[in-house]
Amino acid sequence: MDFDLSNEQSMIRDMVREFATAEIEPLAQEVDRTGRFPIETFRKMGKLGLLGLPIDEAYGGAGADTVSYALAVEEIGRACGSTGLSYAAHVSLGCGPLQAFGTVEQKETYLVPLARGEALGSFGLTEPSAGSDAGGTQTRAKRVDDAYFITGSKCYITNASYAKCVIVTAVTGEDSRGKKQIGAFIVPTDSDGFAILRTYEKMGLRGSDTTELAFDEVRIPLGNRLGSETEGFKQFLKTLDGGRISIGALSVGIARAAYEAALRYAKERVQFGHSLSKMQAIQFKLADMAMHLELARTAVLRAAWLKDQGRSFSKEAAMAKLFASETCVRTCDQAVQIHGGAGYVSDFPVERYFRDAKLMEIGEGTSEIQRLVIARQIGC
Amino acid sequence: MNVIVCMKQTFDTEAKITLTDGKINEEGVQWIINPYDEYAIEEALKIKEATEGTVTVVTIGPARVEEAVRTALAMGADDAVIVDDPAAFGDEFTAAEVLAAVIRTRTYDVILAGNQAVDDGSSQVAVRLAQLLDVPHVSTITKLTFDGAVAVAERDAEGDTEVVEVKLPALFTAQQGLNEPRYPSLLGIRKASKKPVEHVTVAGIGLAENAIAKRVAVTETFIPAQKGAGRILTGDTPERVRELVRELRQTSKVI
Repeated sequence: MDFDLSNEQSMIRDMVREFATAEIEPLAQEVDRTGRFPIETFRKMGKLGLLGLPIDEAYGGAGADTVSYALAVEEIGRACGSTGLSYAAHVSLGCGPLQAFGTVEQKETYLVPLARGEALGSFGLTEPSAGSDAGGTQTRAKRVDDAYFITGSKCYITNASYAKCVIVTAVTGEDSRGKKQIGAFIVPTDSDGFAILRTYEKMGLRGSDTTELAFDEVRIPLGNRLGSETEGFKQFLKTLDGGRISIGALSVGIARAAYEAALRYAKERVQFGHSLSKMQAIQFKLADMAMHLELARTAVLRAAWLKDQGRSFSKEAAMAKLFASETCVRTCDQAVQIHGGAGYVSDFPVERYFRDAKLMEIGEGTSEIQRLVIARQIGC
Repeated sequence: MNVIVCMKQTFDTEAKITLTDGKINEEGVQWIINPYDEYAIEEALKIKEATEGTVTVVTIGPARVEEAVRTALAMGADDAVIVDDPAAFGDEFTAAEVLAAVIRTRTYDVILAGNQAVDDGSSQVAVRLAQLLDVPHVSTITKLTFDGAVAVAERDAEGDTEVVEVKLPALFTAQQGLNEPRYPSLLGIRKASKKPVEHVTVAGIGLAENAIAKRVAVTETFIPAQKGAGRILTGDTPERVRELVRELRQTSKVI
């Protein structure tokens, strides 16, 4: 057993930490307050190769492993949850399906610009009446000769305003038992009939781009179908397995920011003649935060390591995401509590962490869905 | 142009320094490239990019320095030499002799180093090195340009700027403001592990251990006393001057 990072992994972590502290963290408060998407950050990240971190070198990426990717997401998330989410969605959901299921031609056309950081990746799965329940999918892809016509809508889609293409799931037909068959399609965002209806106003992660998409007879050439007409469901389950590692890592990052802020504040704030950090009630909170953070990070990195070894990681990714996201919400809640009144106002960053944290228990499968995934994996 | 950069790995500038048995405790300390050496590396890379040469990093230190070397290689340096032989760990005299022995056998146009290391802060090694190699040096530079075989450097002279012309090869030490060091890119990090790093011993570079033994003996290492609160003198000017003189004489005993 070896819990040490490789030289390369620790160098990547250190570089991202330094970059995130100097270039991302100073913008975090502003992008939260204004809801502005910090596109300049993504240009800088593209130049450093971060946007193609785990993508094959042959397709413009850096070819680093999933462990390095998880470390990078944690560091970016610690500096700014919004930027961390946009980054994780770009890599795991935007690039992930192209890397895993794309043909050489699809990768050359669509993955290379994403890995090089020329555009952001986006993945459209959720609909007003479908999400984890793929059976509710209403967006349809109708085959006419050598093209598909896609009609429907998608909601809560990250990065679409800055994407050149969105990978979209759509019903292609029904099997003999009447069950919906789902395919995945690469939809260029400049296609006729594609529209971004609106950008949502959100509780947290306000500097990330979350949109509602509409498709009106959008014509997609046959070559833009990802895999077969019936593989979309299987593909997105796999995509989400990988995505869960990144949401776990993002949770660890946001939780760490909250924990560090709370520890700092507890050492500075004096009440009854002592700093808060000398009071057992506060010490116990901080000890719990440190412990949960450590365990969450270990679980996330182990799931990432399993993925790198080519072994099955669905259960471990679900466990890591579930534990890390619940740790994140609890840690941010306690960080606000330790700050007292100061934690409730925006002079201190912990109220932002608290708002950002909540999505961790929702995105890429709610906590309830993670428990379902785990339950199935343990044979229930 | 070929550039050689002398680099030192130092404590993180935010590291808390503690002593154990009168020695600085290295346990659990974060190590970084000396920030002034980072400017030197960045300047070397800019020269390389503009003139199509190579950048070689030379450093002295134990096994841990390889991490700093790999970071320099990830930023874009081509190769590195590490003198990790304990016989090379001495004082400024030792370091300059060792670096000179490594560099003497190489061809170079420019040598760059930080103007000081943030740990010992002696500002001696690079200047001694120039002397040993018999090349001109310009210290604390904030700008460096080339005109054929002549370098034009602007140096920070106690707040003023001096413009100095020197013939190459020459040595320069970097001051803050020279440039903005780049982050290593991911591809750079991935390539760094495959770049050549040569480990050499003192004997291997033709030096006798006793000839380079340190000449400075450290008699005591201590952490400076915590600074007390300041005191603002009140009263009219003659009164304040009298009080100041009294304080300097009797309390601080500096006059």
